[in-house]
Amino acid sequence: MKEVLMGTEAAAIAAALARVQVIAAYPITPQSVIIENLSDIVGRGELKARFMTMDSEHSAMASCFGASLAGARVFTATSSQGLAYMHELLHYTAGARVPIVMVNCNRALASPWNLHCDHTDSLSQRDTGWIQYYCADVQDVLDAVLIAYSVAEQALLPIMINVDGFYLTHTSEVMDVPDQKTVDIFLPPYRPLSKLDVNDPKTFGNVCVADLFTSIKYKRHCDTLSLEKLWDQMAVKFCGHFHRLHSSVEAYKTEDADVCIISIGSSAGVVRMAVDRLRDEGLKIGALRLALIRPFPVVAIKKAIANVKHIIVIDRDVSFGAEGIVAQEVKAGLFDHQGDIKVTGFVAGVGGNDISAETIIPLVRQAICGDGAAVKAGTTLWAEVIS
Amino acid sequence: MKEQLKQKRDLVTPGHYGCPGCGGALAMRQTLSVLGEDTIAVLTASCWTSMIGIFPYTCLTVPVMSVAFGTAAATAAGVKASLIAQDNNHTTVLAWAGDGGTFDIGLQGLSGAVERNDDILYICYDNEAYMNTGMQRSSATPAGGWTTTTPDSAPKKQRKKNIVEIMAAHRIPYAATACIGAPDDLKNKIKKAKDIKGSRFIHIFASCPTGWRHASELSIEVGREAIRSRVFPLYEVFNGDTWQLSPMPDKTSVDAYLKHQGRFKQILDGANEYFQKQVDDDWQRLQNRCQPPKVTG
Repeated sequence: MKEVLMGTEAAAIAAALARVQVIAAYPITPQSVIIENLSDIVGRGELKARFMTMDSEHSAMASCFGASLAGARVFTATSSQGLAYMHELLHYTAGARVPIVMVNCNRALASPWNLHCDHTDSLSQRDTGWIQYYCADVQDVLDAVLIAYSVAEQALLPIMINVDGFYLTHTSEVMDVPDQKTVDIFLPPYRPLSKLDVNDPKTFGNVCVADLFTSIKYKRHCDTLSLEKLWDQMAVKFCGHFHRLHSSVEAYKTEDADVCIISIGSSAGVVRMAVDRLRDEGLKIGALRLALIRPFPVVAIKKAIANVKHIIVIDRDVSFGAEGIVAQEVKAGLFDHQGDIKVTGFVAGVGGNDISAETIIPLVRQAICGDGAAVKAGTTLWAEVIS
Repeated sequence: MKEQLKQKRDLVTPGHYGCPGCGGALAMRQTLSVLGEDTIAVLTASCWTSMIGIFPYTCLTVPVMSVAFGTAAATAAGVKASLIAQDNNHTTVLAWAGDGGTFDIGLQGLSGAVERNDDILYICYDNEAYMNTGMQRSSATPAGGWTTTTPDSAPKKQRKKNIVEIMAAHRIPYAATACIGAPDDLKNKIKKAKDIKGSRFIHIFASCPTGWRHASELSIEVGREAIRSRVFPLYEVFNGDTWQLSPMPDKTSVDAYLKHQGRFKQILDGANEYFQKQVDDDWQRLQNRCQPPKVTG
């Protein structure tokens, strides 16, 4: 059914369509509509679930952990400081291999205060072991949550669906809401092989010595690496039911491209607009939107940029003292790439600065010609800095 | 007959990793003997997360989940919500934490669970310091008690936090104190708590021979002295407003309690009167609560 929905509303509907059984959450801007809507959906009896109003994000993820390990399908949502406050539990839950799905509404981290879009919140959680997916539009939010459950419950890994604050959380879009019957076919109930069960008592998470600890971590690393393939398999399966493909990497006009813009999140649309305009000027340029950041889809990236000479990375984030986080990832991923390839990293759109075709085109010109308004700091060029 | 033997199976098997005479080990054993096999235990960081054993070994034969420090209540609440969502309304979810995991780092999560009246049994086994990390001060450490972060050169001046009053302020359905030195009373309270719906909190005083500097064979005796002297009186609170003293032997001075324990060496060197006064004041305050309200006018 076609509806006009914001990203937050789409996330709540997705959780309900997934028939989640426990929701434990704590409010934060711009996530709050998600949990407001879910509390009402549960309150009206449209979803048979336990809705837990928590005292903090730390407690919210702790409750999700317990609920998932006891065998329920679990959902939560947060943003920014809330995600940072969960940090300890993110490591815990990934280590415990519980398939929680969480929507994170990307927002800048203080200090100073800023409520707007920025990817440093989730990217600074990249080493926790959570799978990270970045949505391109509102339809992608709803669909990715459903795909995420199917992937998480097979891989036994938690998945974070990242949604750009305000650009997606509070922007309405005409979209398709799938019917429950088809969702139920795509996503059957969660039936874990192992859980907290008094009829089959086990211990979960107690002290483990080095050799076994290493083996457990190694297994998790291998399972995380193979998730790129699993995501794409489930995305194809989802497409079979709903006719929309949400791959781990989305390439645009890269086949003959000399230059390729790499970005994550909602800016992918305006990046494509910039590509089209620059192609009108005769530049052989394409774009790559990385939907998965963990696992890092290095195989798909290498395939897409096989003929590219120059990569331009737009980071809505930064690792202070290094460079943009996506740029770092791309460089590391291409370290053993055959042939010369130049990588130019921009930090742009942090804290809510708009990224548009008009802001991207000058950055591309600067990357190619060397002149422009973005200022250099180390290996990174910063756009929109007040001089 | 087979069923009877099954009932008597000890849910804590021999071979825990605790110190000889560990009060926490006794507290767990006494608790599980009442709760039985239909129990899921959530252990937050404490001596008990070490005592359970190194994987794949365990001394607990109920399902156990070891969780992040300070998250016993929130995690247990999640487990319970999950069970209810799967139509299991019978299993007891036991949140198990030490004093640090309850009075300090776990207080917010505990308050949240109790405010929501989540259907969990929360047990704090209190040995009055962070014993697992090497005897550092917690807010359950009594004034004057030695720990490695309140050494003789910098003794603790603040009194112990009253955790049961905090629980009572939430109008929790059931809160109680218990002690390993009074096992029958402890088991009665676990039984009572097991049969109550909603949040239940039991504060168990559990001697620590290593941290309290007493002989391991004195653990029970030190617990008994804590009750006799009213250092740790036994009582129950129903719905936050009905306070009920439990049966206790006649009151004695604090001297016998103090003299067993090396951690009170400084108090014994001249501050016992001050310590006695604190105990007497707290005891009077508790007795006042347990009396019916005075009718005026």
